[in-house]
Amino acid sequence: MTAPALPDTHPPAQKTWWQQNQQRLAPWLFLAPGIFMFMMYVIIPIFQSVNISFYEWDGLGEATWVGADNYIELMDDEAFYTSLKNNVIWLVLYMLAIPGGLLVALFLNQTVRGIRIYKSLFFFPFVISQVVVGLVFAWFYDPNFGLMNIALGWFGIEPIAVLANEDYVTYGIIAAGLWPQTAYCMILYLTGLNAVDPEQIEAARLDNAKGVKMLWYVILPQLRPATFIAVVVTVIGALRSFDLISIMTDGGPWGSSRVLAFYMYEQAFSEYGFRMGYGAAIAVVLFLIMMIYITGFLYKMYRDERGR
Amino acid sequence: MLYTSLKLTAALAASTLISSAALAGELVINTDTSDPAPKAAFEALIKGFEAENPDVTVTWNLFDHEGYKTSIRNFLTADSPDLANWYAGNRMLPYVNAGLFEPVDDVWEENGLKDSLASSVGSMTIDGKIWGVPYTYYQWGVYYRKDIFEEQGIAVPTNWDEFKAAGAKLSEAGITPITIGTKYLWTAGGVFDYINLRTNGYDFHMALGKGEVSWTDDRVKATMNNWKELIDAGFFLENHAAYSWQEALAPMVQGDAAMYVMGNFAVAPLREAGLSDDQLGFFQFPVINPDVPLAEEAPTDTIHIPANAKNKEDAKKFLAYLARPEVQTEINKTLGQLPINKNSEVGEDKFLQAGYEMLSTTDGGIAQFFDRDYPAEMAKAGMEGFQEFMVKPERMDAILERLEKVRARVYK
Repeated sequence: MTAPALPDTHPPAQKTWWQQNQQRLAPWLFLAPGIFMFMMYVIIPIFQSVNISFYEWDGLGEATWVGADNYIELMDDEAFYTSLKNNVIWLVLYMLAIPGGLLVALFLNQTVRGIRIYKSLFFFPFVISQVVVGLVFAWFYDPNFGLMNIALGWFGIEPIAVLANEDYVTYGIIAAGLWPQTAYCMILYLTGLNAVDPEQIEAARLDNAKGVKMLWYVILPQLRPATFIAVVVTVIGALRSFDLISIMTDGGPWGSSRVLAFYMYEQAFSEYGFRMGYGAAIAVVLFLIMMIYITGFLYKMYRDERGR
Repeated sequence: MLYTSLKLTAALAASTLISSAALAGELVINTDTSDPAPKAAFEALIKGFEAENPDVTVTWNLFDHEGYKTSIRNFLTADSPDLANWYAGNRMLPYVNAGLFEPVDDVWEENGLKDSLASSVGSMTIDGKIWGVPYTYYQWGVYYRKDIFEEQGIAVPTNWDEFKAAGAKLSEAGITPITIGTKYLWTAGGVFDYINLRTNGYDFHMALGKGEVSWTDDRVKATMNNWKELIDAGFFLENHAAYSWQEALAPMVQGDAAMYVMGNFAVAPLREAGLSDDQLGFFQFPVINPDVPLAEEAPTDTIHIPANAKNKEDAKKFLAYLARPEVQTEINKTLGQLPINKNSEVGEDKFLQAGYEMLSTTDGGIAQFFDRDYPAEMAKAGMEGFQEFMVKPERMDAILERLEKVRARVYK
């Protein structure tokens, strides 16, 4: 039921406030739902976490203000340092997925019969769930029937229980994580390689560039956007390494494969946890560490935008 | 158009009224009994209660076992059922302290439960009040391969020296004496419980759980040293930190390991894996210090009324029904566990009979389990320490000092 459209007989009236400011307001109106969600689910919870980290609270009863006690305890907590150390190992070693993905992508970037099948096979580990990857690797490492130890047995090496050994366990889980992550980087580089300018390669050929030199000076600079994305997703992947740890070792043996995210979950939500304040304090520390990375990331984005 | 929608609203309002009237006789039960046997037991239990109380409709929400541990915290505060299952001892303490459970002393008084459920009064009482009704428990002890023991000419060990000798003999024959999987930690808690109960006794074990004794105390060290004797003699399955308790069943089934310090729930999977009752046996954990009265481990499962329950009257009726001897007989027959009510009958099963005999003659006290008797944080740190100790026994002092640090924090 709309009013019939009548011809406008009045002289052009004074513009309303809405008409005057429409241009400026419209973007904000469109952004409003997004901003609302972002505030509700990201920004406000950050401040809430910081707030909770100053309390001792079991999630049920009264929360008591303890000031910086949680942080002081954290500074004296061996488990915290183990987790921190493991986080660093994860961040460093996970970066291997980038050159690994590049190698596989270069290898697969050829026109051979059935190459699509090979490509999809290489991409397969990224498609299956992390939980399945964790289980597969847990069995692979199994000291009794695991493939790895059977293979080691051929060389007369005693079985190694990777997941029960405090020195090897983190590396074992990272190796499991690298499998899907390499596939992810590979797909990024494959799309990147499609966009490489054939004329530049032609020109480089004429200048007698070959092999590694061609890769380093001609191909890689053109793959910079792909590399950038690969670094971003790999860092994120390393920091959200929670699921593999939970499936493969549950943080063990005796907590030596924990990372900060897992330790936070254990303290705040697991069966024996429910120390919300302490968990929040760990979350705040993790957030600060990520801030370093996020700041760098934002700065680079900003610089790139301006450079354009 | 407007008229019909008005009529619809009226109809809706009426139906809401009706359903809220029906709500008076509705009983909501939340449980985590999702495994086949417990599920069947609860189905029968609820059916029996409904048959006796036709005016009460039971709504039963079944939760996954692991998820329940988190959901209970949410539903007790937000959307409370009328009944929920949980565990006795320290495990219910946080909810009692937060005022989320309702004391049910009146149910106990009216039905004479203090007499018929006498054995569990202690583990159900906090601050002088009783907080629920227990319906089942099961024994812990040593499950062993009878055929392997016979083959090796080993008699059932009753004291520490015999136990160690039996292990040595098994090791010689290339058989791991005790299988265990400590990936999820709690199995190591069971071993600690028994060695500590046998070395220092029930009262000390409980005092340690209450934080009254230091973890660096000489008596704790005595327990750990006894444990170390077994570790040094290669008693436990190699690489146990990589296995769950179910995965650790395999060596026992295959005959590569001979014993398992476990709860009675291990019998079902062992039988399913093909071990017959002639191959599988049970014995009480051997005596270490002959001056210490024998205490046993028998975790009790319970049902509670949340403080925010809407239909407490029928909930209490249900608890009274649950406490009856014939009901407990029936439910435990399906569960394959032991009834709490002393007038109930125990199933024919030989392990149940053995457990019943052991627990009814226990004079040293009945412990719940490490992670039920000890506060959650202490339990977590403790079991992690035990796992480390079982792999690196030389770190004993460092581990105990770490636990002492946790104790200082937990029991403020």
